[in-house]
Amino acid sequence: MLYREVGQYHASYRTDTAIFPIRQDRVGMLVILAVAFIIVPVFGNSFLLDVVAIPFLIYALATIGLNLLTGYTGLLSLGTGGLMGIGAYTCYKLATWFPGVDIIVWILAGGVTAAAIGALFGVPSLRIKGFYLLVATLAAQFFLQWAFERVPWLYNNNVSGDIEVPTRTLLGLPVTGPNATPATRYEVTLCIVVVLTVLASHLVHSRVGRSWMAVRDMDIAAELIGIPLLPTKLLSFAVSSYISGVAGAMLVFLWYGSAEASVFSIDLSFTILFMTIIGGLGSLLGSFLGAALIHMLPIALRNVLPGIGLDLRPATVEHLNLMIVGALIIFFLVVEPLGLARLWQTIKQKLRVWPFPY
Amino acid sequence: MTNAAAGETLLAVEEICLRFGGVQALSEVSFDIKRGEIRAIIGPNGAGKTSMLNVINGFYRPNRGVIRFRGQSFTRMRPGFAARNGIARTFQNVALFRGMTTLDNLMTGRTLKMKRGFFWQLLRYGPAMDEEIEHRRAVEEIIDFLEIEAIRRVPVGRLPYGLQKRVELGRALATEPELLLLDEPMTGMNLEEKEDMCRFILEVNAQFGMTIALIEHDMGVVMDLSNRVVVLDYGRKIADDAPAVVKQDPAVIAAYLGVAG
Ligand SMILES: Nc1ncnc2c1ncn2[C@@H]1O[C@H](COP(=O)(O)OP(=O)(O)OP(=O)(O)O)[C@@H](O)[C@H]1O
Ligand SMILES: [Mg+2]
Repeated sequence: MLYREVGQYHASYRTDTAIFPIRQDRVGMLVILAVAFIIVPVFGNSFLLDVVAIPFLIYALATIGLNLLTGYTGLLSLGTGGLMGIGAYTCYKLATWFPGVDIIVWILAGGVTAAAIGALFGVPSLRIKGFYLLVATLAAQFFLQWAFERVPWLYNNNVSGDIEVPTRTLLGLPVTGPNATPATRYEVTLCIVVVLTVLASHLVHSRVGRSWMAVRDMDIAAELIGIPLLPTKLLSFAVSSYISGVAGAMLVFLWYGSAEASVFSIDLSFTILFMTIIGGLGSLLGSFLGAALIHMLPIALRNVLPGIGLDLRPATVEHLNLMIVGALIIFFLVVEPLGLARLWQTIKQKLRVWPFPY
Repeated sequence: MTNAAAGETLLAVEEICLRFGGVQALSEVSFDIKRGEIRAIIGPNGAGKTSMLNVINGFYRPNRGVIRFRGQSFTRMRPGFAARNGIARTFQNVALFRGMTTLDNLMTGRTLKMKRGFFWQLLRYGPAMDEEIEHRRAVEEIIDFLEIEAIRRVPVGRLPYGLQKRVELGRALATEPELLLLDEPMTGMNLEEKEDMCRFILEVNAQFGMTIALIEHDMGVVMDLSNRVVVLDYGRKIADDAPAVVKQDPAVIAAYLGVAG
């Protein structure tokens, strides 16, 4: 009985409504944060930081964004890539116009335009649902990608057509651009992801999150309780798009360093959607798990297979990866729609009664 | 069952007509609901009972007729308006938020009463947290009252049908309505569950003075609970009186022939 709540009584609703009511969960969280903030940047090499950790965090944030919309509010979208692009281009334009302002401000501001445009995506959602909404967001995705390619103003008329991230400093330390060290970019990424995750978790545990889930589960009953459908859906679109936009700005400024329009293609939308599904619809923890699995699986395959004597060609590894991801998606959709997060719950439940089977 | 006759009219429907294509679901139905009473609506299957509730809370727009509520007249209700003005309801087929726990379902019932805005909710601190706890306390009272403490944290989709009906009543009560519309709250329940449900309905009515309109097929339940009964058949009102009188009405007996006996 390693994990149990027996003996932890909640004398007030305040402690009982806490987001982590069980002590082991709180301790575990602190350990994870300590490792993430201190151990990883101190001992991690640039491979670990730049190839594994930074992208994982950014994908996890984008997945949280989509999960608020799809998992919590039940609205499908394939526009994530485009919205991430909006965040990146906004941040780029703002950083160009106001070079003196801290870059983190502009990364966070990048989400605001994405929120506005995302809310616009959401207007038809009162009338159309499911498949048709998916098609509408798909159209928006293609339009946005077209705009990223065809409007030179967005990328400051660079000959390459790319966003080229300028060097910007924070407290004298380069945070973005070629001179920023992986450790600095990692710490900044981690801070933004942690803060936005905490805020998102506050929202989903509040009146706002409950309204989203109510609309997802039974919209007529929600309406009858006094939850207005359109404003609730639009708010979900806006918050979700804000987070996607910030993740997009981070993707370019804290990871890639430069990016062309094709980064924000439908492929990115699909990647984030797969992370959401595999991680678990309606779970923030699942967003991290899903992002970790999908991002790290190909890295693991590339590095582990040669180690055990299986020397496959890179293209074969790529195909193997796609096959595994495809199989996982089918598995989760059929067997466990609540994803990795649900599996984790089951494991905790087992630990609670361990060593007994029930 | 004492305060009924004294109460003034809370809601009245007048000559409501509702048509779906060729089906005349309601034709010129009029009746009133007095403050503090338990009003039953009965009738054979397809008589238009659920449609009547849908007109009252604004899901259906009647083709003709007037709804008077608290002295104001409406040609139609709207669900949001009904909610803000204290009309709550349960559904014939249970319309709970299946992925949410019992506690969250009931907390969602408090949505309209929670005033702290989006940015406070983001912070989940200070006034927002105080508000959350204040409403949690109110919800816990309902949980105690309905004796559903044990299923607080269970996603309602996993509960047996009888308990789901109870949670749905709880969610309606959490909105602290003035008028509670119950669509067959006891179908699919065993005798014991039915008795519990009857007790809850009577207590809600007696203790909080809540006005209740109730659709029910079980004549015994209707006799025990209600002050007055409206009988619908093929969308028409065929009787409207005290339960004991309605039971003897030849038109009602004819409509129910072989059903209630
Ligand atoms: N949304 C709708 N569209 C078309 N017809 C409808 C609709 N709602 C109800 N009806 C029809 O109106 C009539 C009355 O239905 P209603 O559900 O109100 O009956 P009821 O008295 O509640 O029956 P039951 O006891 O079976 O619940 C039926 O003939 C039904 O088919
Ligand atoms: Mg019905």
